Amino acid sequence: MFAYYFQLGLRSLRRNPLLTALMVMAIGFGVAASMITYSVFRATANNPIPQKSDQLYAVQIANWKPEDLDKSEPPDALTYTDAVALMQAHRARRQTALYPVGPSVVPADASQLPFRETTYAWYGDAFAMFDIPFLYGGAWSAAEDGAHAPVAVLGKALNDKLFNGANSVGKTINLDGHDYRVTGVIDTWNPQPMFFDASNTQGFGDPAELFIPFTRAIDQQMGGAGNFNCSATPGSGWEARLRSECIWIAFWAELPSAAEAAGYKRFLRGYAAEQQHAGRFNWAPNVRLRNVTQWLDFEKVVPPESKISLLVSLGFLLICLVNTIGLLLAKFMRRAPEIGVRRALGASRKTIYAQFLVEAGAVGLAGGVLGLLLTGLGVLGVGLVFDPQIARLATLDFSLMGLTLLVATLATVLAAFYPTWRAAQVQPAWQLKSN
Amino acid sequence: MQIKPVLTALRRHKAGTVLVVLQIALTLAIVCNAMFILHARLSHLSEPTGVDEANLFVIANQWAGEQKSKQEIDAQVRADLIALQQLPGVLDAAPSNSYPLRGSGWDNFVGLKPDQLQPTSDAAVYLGDEHLLRALGVKLVAGRNFRADEIGTLGLREEVHPAQVIVTRALAERLYPHGSALGKPLYSMSATPSTIIGIVDRLQTQSVDDWQRAYAYQSMIWPLRLDWPSGLYYIVRARPGQLAAAMREAPKALLALDSQRIIDPSDGGSFAQIRQRAYDSDRGTAILMGIISAVLLVITAAGIVGLTSFWVGQRRKQIGVRRALGARQRDILSYFLTENLLISLGGVLLGVVLAVSMNVWLVVRMGAQPMSPLYLAAGVLLLLLLGQGAVLAPAMKASRVPPVEATRSV
Repeated sequence: MFAYYFQLGLRSLRRNPLLTALMVMAIGFGVAASMITYSVFRATANNPIPQKSDQLYAVQIANWKPEDLDKSEPPDALTYTDAVALMQAHRARRQTALYPVGPSVVPADASQLPFRETTYAWYGDAFAMFDIPFLYGGAWSAAEDGAHAPVAVLGKALNDKLFNGANSVGKTINLDGHDYRVTGVIDTWNPQPMFFDASNTQGFGDPAELFIPFTRAIDQQMGGAGNFNCSATPGSGWEARLRSECIWIAFWAELPSAAEAAGYKRFLRGYAAEQQHAGRFNWAPNVRLRNVTQWLDFEKVVPPESKISLLVSLGFLLICLVNTIGLLLAKFMRRAPEIGVRRALGASRKTIYAQFLVEAGAVGLAGGVLGLLLTGLGVLGVGLVFDPQIARLATLDFSLMGLTLLVATLATVLAAFYPTWRAAQVQPAWQLKSN
Repeated sequence: MQIKPVLTALRRHKAGTVLVVLQIALTLAIVCNAMFILHARLSHLSEPTGVDEANLFVIANQWAGEQKSKQEIDAQVRADLIALQQLPGVLDAAPSNSYPLRGSGWDNFVGLKPDQLQPTSDAAVYLGDEHLLRALGVKLVAGRNFRADEIGTLGLREEVHPAQVIVTRALAERLYPHGSALGKPLYSMSATPSTIIGIVDRLQTQSVDDWQRAYAYQSMIWPLRLDWPSGLYYIVRARPGQLAAAMREAPKALLALDSQRIIDPSDGGSFAQIRQRAYDSDRGTAILMGIISAVLLVITAAGIVGLTSFWVGQRRKQIGVRRALGARQRDILSYFLTENLLISLGGVLLGVVLAVSMNVWLVVRMGAQPMSPLYLAAGVLLLLLLGQGAVLAPAMKASRVPPVEATRSV
């Protein structure tokens, strides 16, 4: 029966090709616009570490006076003083302070020019915390953190560049004129958004290819490659920078259970209270502990353009559907005499429903195919519309293709309900008489 | 024009009427808001920066290898500048910490008194030497440029507050709205004053993000050469027509002097590239809104054509009767035009309500700007015209239905 209705549907669609083309185009454009903007939204609203997003927490401590805060939210990074105090307290299962640095990589071959990679200074624990896969070797040890050792972990691409992809564990690389021993090479690791440094990257950037111990970077007086925000001028010199109330360091804690998270929050409040008693803070403890999704939300990594575009596109799809309802109504009601004959010959209302819904489904499917084509084109051209760092994340994969066809067909069938109901209401006697 | 028979007829096509009203209303709401967003974004795109954009390029120069002392860096920077200035295609070159539209950068609070609690405003800080104004191509409108002996140096994590400063006209007027700012002091997060010795016409800030819009064009130039171990920017102005050649030669000249440096290809570049990067999302959003609005209008028009054609087909007999009873072709034509006008009016009325609520929602939730009623007026006019235009073809077809149709059965 389905095949027969499908045939009838196709025949009817061929009868007024203009109307059919109009519907297919409306659905195609509507679905494509929604899918293109959705693909961007999906990329920016992605959970970069789903297996642990509720176990990793970013720490915020209000070290500025309440008047300097935005809506009484503590700043989105820590001072060196607080980061080191939290590292020493060692209250979480694992923890790391981190900040982006910019050492130059000097190739051993003197004929090659030095270059820079996205580099982070953090603690050895970070690799396990962030589930970073290793290709060779492993993280440096806590002892090496403590010894401010000149060690490094390379990214896969950097290892390919420097060592042609060979196992480089134990070899040395030259950063800013100093030798660092390689303890490990990680496999491709590029969480998007870059949750661990959302405050500097706004969520999107080139993958990190080089990691060195935080303690070593501080020893080498490596300035941050990221933001350095102050409520008052820090004064001259490196020591003044470390003592200042300027914020430039991110701090992450791994707290596998809700109880541990609550305990850590109590500890943070206690720490802030201590600072208050010591006279450093003249205000009540104001701390935050945000997990990965809350942190990304707080840092607003989903650009407002992405949200507005998605909303406008959905509105666009809605209009296309209203349009389709009208056109289907016109199309179905034009065939009232035919419906009358079918009903008079014994077709039940249910059969009429089935026949017209199948026909609408065919229109939807055709619209979906057109939508798929347009979505493919649109995803290619998305770089024209969005930031290239974000645009390259928007891809047409199987799930998006499936979703495009599904949305197109489902939406059209839904839109067809009212016209079909009207078609089924056709009175056979009245139609036959009027003829 | 008789409206009553039109209304009576519409009552018998409730569903179709409601659908067209709804479609026009939603289209109006979305097109108004999209056009408003588009226009706001486009107006950003054409904002001038005040610099000689056609001939300007920026080299993001980072120092590499073993950390040099401040003296070594300063010597290298001076050597670099001389090399750049001697290139045949280069008009002038200057060192700086940043450049307009870089996306982020250094800005300071500024005030009129040393112990001011609430700063008067905020300004972008540019460092440079006596060549910077010429290299940027900004126009000095009052006072004088820095002299070579006034140029100091800024090493890593040093705090220097210069005695002289050049400000933009926008900053001068913000600080001293009544009378000239020339020769007057400003305090920039320090207890010692800087004297305003020169005023330039216009120099855009380093970031044009929304939060900095309130401080647009408020910039100041400090007479300092940046000697940080991380690096600095060279602002280079090519002779007219020699930009491409100068951009090829300049990095070669620098690397020939000292190869322990990195010229970052993702930063700096020609000013056209800089402008492109800075306004990427503005341009993108504008394109998207434009496409959506255009397609939407086409689809709505097509929908009206489709439904009206159907109605005309349905009423051929009635039209024939009217014609047989003496109605002229233009009566039939005007009947359908009136019908569409009534439906469109209903649509735009509902649409105005929707458009305003959508805008209010965007203002509250997304921090957008409130929409000017002009967009609504334009949108209403556009949709009414669109409706009339779309209905024209089916209405003409209806007017050509011969009176003899009345005698035929369907």
